[in-house]
Parts: sequence; C-alpha cells; structure tokens
Amino acid sequence: MRFIFTSIVITVYLLHQDLWFWQTAQPLVFGFLPIGLFYHAVFCLLCSAVMLLLVKFAWPVQFDEAASALLPEDEGR
Amino acid sequence: MIPALFVFTYLAVVLYVGIFAFRRSSRHESAEDYFLASRSLGPAVFLFSLFGTNMTAFTILGSSGHAFSNGIVTFGLMASASALIIPLTLFFIGTRLWALGKRFGFMTPVQFFRDRWECGHIGTVISVVQAALLVPYIIIGMMGGGSTLSAISGGWIPYWLGGATVALVVMGYVFFGGMRGTAWVNTLQTILFLSFGVAALFVIGSGMGGFREAAEGMLGSPATAPLLTRERISPWFFLSYTFIPLSTIAFPHINIFCLTARRMQQFKPTVILYPICLLAIWLPSVFLGVMANRATEVPSIATKLEARKTLAAQGSALPPEERSRLRQTAAGDDVIVLLLNHYAPVWLAGLLGAGIMAAVMASDSQILALSTMFTEDVFAFYGGKVRFGPAAQVHTGRIFVLGLTAVAYLIALRAPASIFELAVQYAFSGYSSLFPLLVAALFWKGSTKWGALASTLWTVVAVVAVAVFQYSVPAPHSGPATTVWTLFGAPALSRTPGGTAVFGLMPVVPMVLISMLLMVTVSFLTRKPGEQTLRRYFSRMNETAHQTGSGRQLVANMVE
Repeated sequence: MRFIFTSIVITVYLLHQDLWFWQTAQPLVFGFLPIGLFYHAVFCLLCSAVMLLLVKFAWPVQFDEAASALLPEDEGR
Repeated sequence: MIPALFVFTYLAVVLYVGIFAFRRSSRHESAEDYFLASRSLGPAVFLFSLFGTNMTAFTILGSSGHAFSNGIVTFGLMASASALIIPLTLFFIGTRLWALGKRFGFMTPVQFFRDRWECGHIGTVISVVQAALLVPYIIIGMMGGGSTLSAISGGWIPYWLGGATVALVVMGYVFFGGMRGTAWVNTLQTILFLSFGVAALFVIGSGMGGFREAAEGMLGSPATAPLLTRERISPWFFLSYTFIPLSTIAFPHINIFCLTARRMQQFKPTVILYPICLLAIWLPSVFLGVMANRATEVPSIATKLEARKTLAAQGSALPPEERSRLRQTAAGDDVIVLLLNHYAPVWLAGLLGAGIMAAVMASDSQILALSTMFTEDVFAFYGGKVRFGPAAQVHTGRIFVLGLTAVAYLIALRAPASIFELAVQYAFSGYSSLFPLLVAALFWKGSTKWGALASTLWTVVAVVAVAVFQYSVPAPHSGPATTVWTLFGAPALSRTPGGTAVFGLMPVVPMVLISMLLMVTVSFLTRKPGEQTLRRYFSRMNETAHQTGSGRQLVANMVE
C-alpha cells in the first residue's frame, strides 16, 4: 500500500512539470482559457482526488486513536 | 469614497468578532485558551481559517500583478505546486504535530524540539531565527494596510492614518480574541475571498465584452502571446519553485495553527479541500491579471503597457533612474483594483476592497504566533510562568501583541518597503530550509539537537548571503542573467532580473538540500537523545497513549 501511494504522489509531482504544454497556448479551452492554465486547474482537482485517497486509505490511524483517547467521552469520534 | 465605507464596515465587523471571541473565552482564560483557542476549533473554521492564515495580500494583488507581467506561469509556480505540497505536508506533518501537541501539551514547535532533542538554549536559537524570519511579514502587512486604505479611499485617508487604523484593528482583535478571534476573522476573510473572486471574474469579463475576444487578441500579438504560454521561463526554474511550498508547514503561524483542531479528523476535509480553495481563489486572480493586458481602455493600464514597451525597446540605453521609474510604472500589483474600478459597480468594488483589506490584514496570525513563541519559548521557559503565575503569561502575551504591533507600525512609517519585500522574498526560502527540522524530529530517531542547530545556522547564513548578493549585484533589466561565478564552464551563481539563480535553480533548492545534509551528517556524528525520550516518540502511539499524563508532566517540568 505504501509503495502504491508513494508512486501516486511521485507521479502527480512529475505531472506538475508539464513540458508538453510549455510552448503552446492552444487549444483555448472554452474559447478563452489557455491549455497550460486549464491543465494546471485540472491538476489542482487531481491533487484533491489524491488527498481523498490518502485520507481514505492511508490515514495515520494510530496517531488518531491515541490522541482521540484523550478527548472527553462526549467528544469521542 | 463608497468603497472606503465598505472597508470601514468590514474593519468594524472584525473588531467586533475579536471582542465577541473575548467574551466567549473570558470565563476560563488560560494560555492554551488564548493562544490555541483551547484546541477546540471545529472543521469549517479549521479549514477556512488555516487557508485564510496562509493567504496574504499577495494572493489577490501580487498574484494578478505577477500574472500581468509574467503570464499564466504564475498559476503553475505559486498555486498548483502548493495544491500538491501544502496538503501533503498537512497530512504527514500537521497531523502528527497535532497528535503530539494533544498528548504532551505543546503549544509551539520549539517546545516539541526541546523535548524531542533534549535541548534548551538550542531551542531558543531556533525560536529566535523563526521569529526573525517572520517579523518582515508583519511590517509589510502594516505597510500594505496603510497604502490599500489610502488607495481605496482615493487618497482621502493618508498612509499614516490608514496604517494606524489597520494596526489598531488587528491589535484589537488579536489582543482581545487571541486565537479564537483570529481564527474567526480568518474564516470571514476566506469566505470573502471565495465569494468575490468568482464574482469579479464574471463582472470584469462581461465589462470587457467576454474573455474570448481578449484571449484571441493576446494570441495574435507577438508582445502578449508568450504570456499565454511558459516559453519565457526555464523548466528547471519551474521545478525548483516546488520547494517553496515546503515553507508553509514550517511557518510558526501555520504549525501552531495545526494544534488548534478539536480532533485529528478535522484535517481530513482540510487536506482534501485545500487544493480546491486554492483553485477558486488563484485561478480568477491569475486569469484576470493576464487578461488585463488587453484592457487598454483603462487609462492606468494603458500607461503600464506603454512603460513596459519602452523598457523592452530601450531598456539598456536608458539611465538607471528612468529605468527604475518605468519599472515601477509597469508593475501590475494594482491591476485588479484598476479593473474593478473601471468595470465593476461601486458596491462590488467596495466589497472586493474589503476582501483585499482582509488579505492585507493577514499579519494577525503572525503577530499571535510571535506572541505565543515569546511567552512559551522564552517567558515560560526561562522561569516567568513559575515566578509570576499562569495568568501573567497571558497578560505578557497581550502586552507583547501591543508592543509588537506598535513597533511594526512605527517601522512601517519610516522604512522603505523594498527592504522588507526582499526579506519576505527570502523568508520563504528560509522556512523551506527549516523544513528538515520538522521531518527529522518527527520521523528520524537518529536526529540530534546538534543537527538541528547546524541546519538552523545554515539557514541564517544562506538567507543573509542571498540578500547581500542581491543587494550588491544589480539585477539585469531583462533578458539573460548576469553570471557571477562559473564552475566547469557552467553558470553556478547568477543574478537574474527577479532574483538569484544557483546552477539555474532558485536558491531554495541548495538551501533545503544542504540543510538536510547538515541535519544528517551532524546527527550521525553527535550523541542521540536518551532511550526514554526516543521510546516516548517512536514506540507505537496507541501503546504509549497511557503515558500522556507523564508526557504533559515532563513538558511542565521542562518549562518550569
């Protein structure tokens, strides 16, 4: 699992370096948004999706449990 | 004048928020309540406030100004890189800091470092370096407050009065409301950002007759077409910029803020939604900044474009004073305000003015963080809490807020902004260079206090060296960088129009790498913390949860 998530994060980091749209503005997405800007807007959504995966499948449960044990009864998770 | 009224209404609201927060907390006031809101922030306030804490005047004004001059690359450099790195650091580091703070009662990162590495004065050195890197932000915030209020009121409010008004309001709600007041104000600020960024996009777009024509016009002109691509920037420079967001979690006002969540679960929506919040605020700002290049019907923008054209055509032939004047005229930090004044109805310009004011006032959390660091890392650590009692600690924190704000205001009145802008520019690299301290303390058993000291001192040396270099070697007005030192025929150290390059990379890259290297090598050569300390931090958390009481006691003993 750790290997999979490390690979995903490294891949997303590399995708930030989009050499393929470096020199071009076209196509203009929706008629006005340069492709390089549109790509990075979508990249932000991709980051959000990766964070969702991390939160769902790689949450540091042991820290959470240990700290939550300190909360008052009525505030437990 | 009407926009100024909106701004004053906003200032009155945030002041009231601070006083309301004070009334909420006055029954059980303690250092933990004043500085960390009793670690009780709920999920929405935690998300919006953490995001707002990290947004400054640069987010709206600077980003659109940078995009006006440099094009769409601004978004990739400053927003999308952060969309990956900042949530990752919150996920891996923020959550762990929160859990340790909850278990052991830490209120500042230096308290954690002192306990984790069994050190005292080295912690003080780290705290002083962190504070020194943060102070220029507060001064810039005061300056921004004065000039923004003056600009929004059309010069009716002078700079000194604008700065004093902002200083008093910030001082008021930080003084009364502490972390709770600051968090609520930051939440309000973020909601303003999110609402009016998108509104501005639609209003300005419709005023300009739609963006389609503007984008096609830019593509058709050789002068503006490169602004829609990244052809003017090196991919290596772009890559090296991804080291800058490492600074975020190392900023004291961010890592202290991580301790305020009621539960660790509250990090979940924050890390997931952080990239979307970034997108919602930065995309309109950057896009409007780029499109401003076609808003030639706005007289002040036409003047900027003319100045840029003259600089490009005759830059090197012009006398330095004329070049500097043209560069100032061409700067785009106010383009979004100019677009709004021209295209938006007065009420929207007023609301956005309040949003800009909210951004400018981001120094609140930094002032509170410095106050927390002073009272916890210095006052309490050196015996003040024992001698004068816990109540005196909160009073000291409040007096510190008053003193710091007053001093920052007085400096902002007298000192030239350029010095602090430079300091802020390199503070980001400085905090990135301190990032290895957090990683080593949390994840590496073998790290030592001497490794931490070596990384910290290196950070100081590197920040000062880069600042001195930039001060002594004049920047080329445009085009290729001035190479100062070559190694094996390659340009090793260069002065670029925007700063410094080390082997074509931003200085932050060698700063972080050398900081890591020093942490590792010096730690290998020096004595590790005791077995008991290591067991407390590196045995399985759930096995050691029962040690919490002793952990808190240990910190209390250390502090006392």
